[in-house]
Amino acid sequence: MRAYAAIFRMKFTGGLQYRAAALAGLATQFAWGFMEILAFMAFHRANPAAFPMSLSQTVSYIWLQQAFLALFMTWFFDRDIFDAILSGAIAYELARPADLYGRWFCQSAASRLSRAVLRCFPVLIIACMLPGPFGLKAPESLAQLGLFFLSMGLSLVVVVSFSMLIYISAFHTLSPVGVRIMAAVAADFLAGGTVPLPFFPAGFRQVAELLPFAAMQNMPLRIYIGHITGADALLGLGLQSFWALALIIWGRALMKRALGRVVVQGG
Amino acid sequence: MTLYFKYLALHLKAQMQYKMSFALTVLGQILVSFTTLLGLWFMMTRFHSVAGFTLPQVLLCFAVMLMAFSLAECFGRGFDLFPRMIANGEFDRALVRPRGLVFQVMASQMELTRIGRLVQAVAVLIYALPRAGVLWGPDRVLTLVLMILCGCLLFFCLFVVYAAFSFFTLEGLEFMNIFTDGGREFGRYPFSIYGKEALRLLTWFVPLALVQYYPLLYLLGRETSPFYMLSPLLALLFAGPAWLLWRFGLSRYKSTGS
Repeated sequence: MRAYAAIFRMKFTGGLQYRAAALAGLATQFAWGFMEILAFMAFHRANPAAFPMSLSQTVSYIWLQQAFLALFMTWFFDRDIFDAILSGAIAYELARPADLYGRWFCQSAASRLSRAVLRCFPVLIIACMLPGPFGLKAPESLAQLGLFFLSMGLSLVVVVSFSMLIYISAFHTLSPVGVRIMAAVAADFLAGGTVPLPFFPAGFRQVAELLPFAAMQNMPLRIYIGHITGADALLGLGLQSFWALALIIWGRALMKRALGRVVVQGG
Repeated sequence: MTLYFKYLALHLKAQMQYKMSFALTVLGQILVSFTTLLGLWFMMTRFHSVAGFTLPQVLLCFAVMLMAFSLAECFGRGFDLFPRMIANGEFDRALVRPRGLVFQVMASQMELTRIGRLVQAVAVLIYALPRAGVLWGPDRVLTLVLMILCGCLLFFCLFVVYAAFSFFTLEGLEFMNIFTDGGREFGRYPFSIYGKEALRLLTWFVPLALVQYYPLLYLLGRETSPFYMLSPLLALLFAGPAWLLWRFGLSRYKSTGS
């Protein structure tokens, strides 16, 4: 456990170094968030009755999405891990006395968390202060906030264990760019990255809500804005835990198989 | 020009060496813009219209912007990856060769995998054109061609601006993405839906609306003044500042020494 903590700390402080990049990213995220909100407002004007959640809930959803982008984005991958697989440095990794799945898991969780920590506070603070319809609203109760944090943690686990599957696929394909993009983009869409799940048409929505992707950003954000409450929220946390466990077990099994047949090319 | 085609053939051959990888990347690219399309479709089937535009009319916008963007990205990819060219010293080599720099940067990269998006844009355009309620005539065809062509050139200029900034920052300026990638993403709806302020910004500052919203009004017969039809040409004025910025950046260029 101490080794994991060390890896986590190393990656975390490493990620905190790029402050200027974070600042530029921040400005981008605000502009992006504003445009998204303006688009949703136009749809709200077109037909308020067809809006599946309130406008202010949607606005909060978008700001939270921007604030925690680094936690949720499925298309973000740790280059080091791919490089290790592609360059053969995996041989060293295997010689180390720590379980590889756990190591990589901590590594990617830490780099996501460090990025998110840098970015989330400015976005959250400024978004809270924005006037009227553009502002981020606080959750209705403390219990809701607690559930939101729990759900965030679980969703990070789901996102990381999902990306672990993609890392492991690099053992088989060696040139995984296309597959990587496809998996990441499909996952992001089904997690409510483009359009929140409540905006999906009925049939699509029911299927999407059961998939592991709904356990990513969809769940914590909708708990925060109060779109999923009470027993439904607890059920959601259960579903998230289920998917987190399932993906980890699956990933570990795949990794074991891949490592059993790994061929390190070259020297 | 012949030289450019030689480069083109070279890139084509190089990328065709890995056919499987090429095909998968093309598919991946298609899926990226397909999710945007799907999101748009979900929203439009739920709300039926936005700011007075129907689904086919919005799709027309989406297709035009996607086509302009993917064409620009296909040929202007070198500018997109320009920060890397500065960082690894490749640009120093370009400086000593007896050819124009813009040409060399352009020829250094060609992203032919963008063909996937292009095909998708064409397909959506074919679907949307007869349904958007346009009364076709030579003037309207010309408008559509101008939208795509000038849109492509405008995106290309934006890539140049992005590259020019990296003369100063040495790193890609993430903020420019809001105009390049953002232009494509948000250009899926007519820019008027984002409100007056955003529209003004996109008319006078970064003239994306000149290749999208205004000519669209002419296309749909909501405005009849030829000014709206020719507005995409005005967007080309953006090339002036883009070129100046590039020259200015170039004059301040210091090699990174690696």
